[in-house]
Amino acid sequence: MKKTCFKRQEKRKSVSKIVHIGNGAGFSGDRFDAAQALVQHLKSCDGPRYLMFEVLAERTIASAQRAKAANPDAGFSPYLDHYVNDILADIQQAGITLISNLGAANPEAAARRIHELAAEQGLKPFKIAVLTGDDVREYLDDDALLAAETMEGTSLAGRTICSANVYLGGRHVAAALATGADIVLVGRTTDSALVLGPLIHEFGWAEDELDKLASGTICGHLLECGGQVSGTYFADPGFKDVPDLAHAGFPVTEVTADGSFVITKPDATGGLISPATVTEQLLYEMHDPSRYLVPDVTADVTQMTITQEASNRIRVAGVKGSSPPETLKITVCVEGGWLAEAEMSYSGANGLARAELAGDIVKTRMAESGCNQEIRMDVFGAYSVLDGGILTDERRASLRFDDDYRLRLSLVSERRATAQKLFDELQSLYCSGPAAGGGFRGSVTEQMSSASVLMPRDVIEPHVSISDVPAG
Amino acid sequence: MSDKIWRLPLHAIAHGRAGDKGNVSNISVIAYDEAGYVFIAESVTETAVMGVFLHVGATSVARYLLPNLKAMNFVIPGVLDGGVNESRNVDRHGKNLSYLLLSRLMLDIPDKLLAQDSPYRTPEIAAQYSR
Repeated sequence: MKKTCFKRQEKRKSVSKIVHIGNGAGFSGDRFDAAQALVQHLKSCDGPRYLMFEVLAERTIASAQRAKAANPDAGFSPYLDHYVNDILADIQQAGITLISNLGAANPEAAARRIHELAAEQGLKPFKIAVLTGDDVREYLDDDALLAAETMEGTSLAGRTICSANVYLGGRHVAAALATGADIVLVGRTTDSALVLGPLIHEFGWAEDELDKLASGTICGHLLECGGQVSGTYFADPGFKDVPDLAHAGFPVTEVTADGSFVITKPDATGGLISPATVTEQLLYEMHDPSRYLVPDVTADVTQMTITQEASNRIRVAGVKGSSPPETLKITVCVEGGWLAEAEMSYSGANGLARAELAGDIVKTRMAESGCNQEIRMDVFGAYSVLDGGILTDERRASLRFDDDYRLRLSLVSERRATAQKLFDELQSLYCSGPAAGGGFRGSVTEQMSSASVLMPRDVIEPHVSISDVPAG
Repeated sequence: MSDKIWRLPLHAIAHGRAGDKGNVSNISVIAYDEAGYVFIAESVTETAVMGVFLHVGATSVARYLLPNLKAMNFVIPGVLDGGVNESRNVDRHGKNLSYLLLSRLMLDIPDKLLAQDSPYRTPEIAAQYSR
């Protein structure tokens, strides 16, 4: 209630426009119903209002590309219906613009699906703009990509490419909005471009208004992971408590023409927006805080200020911008072999010794079969995620003799048979291993490796199209 | 308030989050208050952090300071077993690595920097850190 009043007063005083953007998802598989409260909140706001879903991780697009190759109507988020079906009527009625990368490798097919859902609900057809051209294999040879220098990730020489997508920026998203679309579906863009795009569109920020572009980028960066700025992925009971995390409200921003913005969340939701939650999310996946690179600008947050205006209401200002990088980043996914994972529990007296014996048996038999792949050994309860598969003497000395231990073996191989062999060998220890091994689980899954390469801007060919409404 | 010095992990006075890009982890470390920030800016050095991440393959540590936000950001290459798409770690993103830093970097913390209601003051937890 406080929030709405605040906005209205400010509007009367300054008459300047406030753009409202809510984010209903921070990854593919995020909570499906989080957007409901955001839509209700946005309906109560004045001014341009946007709802976004950010669901496209780096490698999601590679598996989506495969799905599209097999079926031209596939290759978009399998969760599209879950995210949008329940909000379509409300956003149409309230005039809220939807922006998302739910389309993954096939935004055109995603647009067709949304047209279908709208028709099923008896809604008027949406005008859906599609931003593509991120798939650089439409206009670049694989050889050029494989020859490019790898900035981070796997080496590309001699590999088989599954997908290659350039990160488009906010200005490309703004071009899609300029069509007057009700819904904009994008392929690969920077996540923050889903916020910066609407801001460029609404405020007409020019390419040299670098501080504003930087502020809009950081606003997008804070919003892009959904609840991670509003209290999810933060709670540490007794140290960092978050109210009603089971019903955490997802974030909504209020941005003014100077680029400064507020992060808040719908009333009557759980979660928490505080300087601490905003700072954690600010630095999430950031390297040098004075040089955060996106296609539109280089952002500097070292002079940024975070001010608590009210409960669950944070104002951010002071983000600085400088010229954008001269190159754009392309994520190239290549075939990455097979990952084997296999687990068995050994608990109670001498459990760790029995688990380690089981691991040694499997390693011995794998080596005898000619497998020279390094096998990683973890024992849950003793050493796993924090210790790189290595039990130090210091750590060993701190362990109990009779605890609940679970062996995990894993390897990555180019050969599926080698991965399967690891699975089989651990499974055989049900009968043929140390005493009382139980609860075997395992899997062999195909992998995709990825690398980032940089390309000059002028090789990129982004384009916007309007998705045809199906006849009838 | 006492003159007591607590031998406790960084977690007692700071929080943070880990992010991944390729085989590089970045970990924020954020103090709960100004005095805490001054203390960690002094004690949580690149060298100290390298010591915690050496066994998981760290090749270097870069530290960035954000005094405005009572925060530091560490960039640590080499610790993700090749990165999310290659890793055999059950936590392929290294999401847990913020807690590796917060839990294993031990500090000599003046009593006045430890919150009065800190769970580290409870006998159950304090006993686990007493020598």
